[in-house]
Amino acid sequence: MRDYWRANQQRLAPVLFLLPGLLMFLVYVVVPIFQSVSISFYAWDGLGEKEYVGIANYVELMDDEAFYTSLKNNVIWLVLYMLAIPAGLFVALFLNQNVRGIRIYKSLFFFPFVISQVVVGLVFSWFYDPSYGLFNKILGFFGADPMAILADEDWVTYGIIIAGLWPQTAYCMILYLTGLNAVDSEQIEAARLDNAKGLKLLWYIILPQLRPATFIAMVVTIIGALRSFDLVSIMTNGGPWGSSRVLAFYMYEQAFSEYGFRMGYGAAIAVVLFAIMMIYIAAFLYKMYRDERGH
Amino acid sequence: MFPRPIEKASPPAKALYKIALPVALIIWLLPLLAVALTSLRSQADILNGNYWGWPTSFNMLENYTAIFENTPIGQYILNSFRVTIPTVIGAVSLSCMTGFALAVYKFKGNLLLFFLFVAGNFVPFQILMVPVRDFTVGLGIYNTISGLALFHIAFQTGFCTLFMRNFIKALPFELIEAARVEGVSEIRIFWYVVLPLMKPAIAALSVLIFTFIWNDYFWAMVLTQGADTQPITAGLNSLNGQWVSSWHLVSAGSIVAAMPPVIMFFLMQRHFIAGLTLGAVK
Repeated sequence: MRDYWRANQQRLAPVLFLLPGLLMFLVYVVVPIFQSVSISFYAWDGLGEKEYVGIANYVELMDDEAFYTSLKNNVIWLVLYMLAIPAGLFVALFLNQNVRGIRIYKSLFFFPFVISQVVVGLVFSWFYDPSYGLFNKILGFFGADPMAILADEDWVTYGIIIAGLWPQTAYCMILYLTGLNAVDSEQIEAARLDNAKGLKLLWYIILPQLRPATFIAMVVTIIGALRSFDLVSIMTNGGPWGSSRVLAFYMYEQAFSEYGFRMGYGAAIAVVLFAIMMIYIAAFLYKMYRDERGH
Repeated sequence: MFPRPIEKASPPAKALYKIALPVALIIWLLPLLAVALTSLRSQADILNGNYWGWPTSFNMLENYTAIFENTPIGQYILNSFRVTIPTVIGAVSLSCMTGFALAVYKFKGNLLLFFLFVAGNFVPFQILMVPVRDFTVGLGIYNTISGLALFHIAFQTGFCTLFMRNFIKALPFELIEAARVEGVSEIRIFWYVVLPLMKPAIAALSVLIFTFIWNDYFWAMVLTQGADTQPITAGLNSLNGQWVSSWHLVSAGSIVAAMPPVIMFFLMQRHFIAGLTLGAVK
């Protein structure tokens, strides 16, 4: 036994080291994905017998107004959330100086990312409050009428996205600050000698060097946009009249809430969200694969 | 350095920058500052609509004592710790091993397994929700701290493996080879050669996972209910329902909920940022 281990330990050791982690990951992450796909073909209240219904859940989705609202909102989230990247770059450029106390400024600007989205949601619900929220004080200052952003079907999603952009911008900022630290200073000096400055210098010399930071910022922002759930749940609970739902929230609502336990239908929504996410995951893996081969 | 260092700018520009910094910071943190200030206000201020003026009295002690005495917020906080700490320990230890296996050994399917961890880490939570809840109920640990922590450990192992594997891959491989030549067993190599070098990675991941799990709201809603087991994020949500128009209490609760990760971040800032920005520079 001991000799067998001695002779084969280079083959056995990886199995041993991988087993506990992989087992947990398979049970809680990999297998449930397939189970969800399977559940999406059933009608199920979560307790009783499952009833096979084929693609009926998906057919119903095609005709579901609320599903399209959620999908549309997810697209809006995806597009507007991207603003966190240039905004984060802007803040990072602003803070990339060597004055006294700058380190504490950098960490304080990063603050919104450290606190929970539940707190961010509460803070912003209050910020938007029509009777005493700061937002309406500012509107009033410019002579505009107060607006109940979170009760307005047309504005509510934008209001929530702005709340989400706050921590996300902080995240992108920190990525860019780290990237800016590593920018090759000789190249900048050379470009400056050639009279490049300002935006031109940024565009042609700095941004290409920041590409790894931009890539990570894009990945986390896309994933963040598609995962948006916390803010919607805290700030509006999907309302008014379901107009701020996103797929992640609608799925939760269908699967268990006062609207009843429709696990199969919820799973079908999750599968759609998963399929959208898979496009980005595949692109990310492809890039990683190329990098691995590159070494 | 880009942009051009401000020391080289003209004196007015320099002065302008020094003024712009605190102004920008105050605007950036304004929503948060307002909450902090409100958490000190009296009930009378709230009723009179004095949200933005100077507080008529500072009720820090009263408000913060009130939330701890009249609500289960202390229990929520305790639950958060009871979920977060085991998750940090569990996910980091599991991933030290998986990361080591994937970084050091060449075997068929290595890259495939690695990509499995990476991809799993990015999936939407909702695709896991129904089966994970079902599985947790089946194990008889629905609505328990361990039920929630077990899921978190498993899920975070994906991200941690990505992190650890890349970290170990960047270590000098000669160390391991030298130990092998000396006849050191693989398990001892892991324990005595590689693990001591992983301290910075372990520190970075620990603070990062602490923050992620502390701030988790979705799984807290899916796997727990009631004040005995719910962590602070879910707890704050239910308190918010009870505290309609008691904004000074909501604010105090929010501040309390935000404290632990904020303290963690300030204490371990360097590690936190090192963890978060992994891959942002090549």
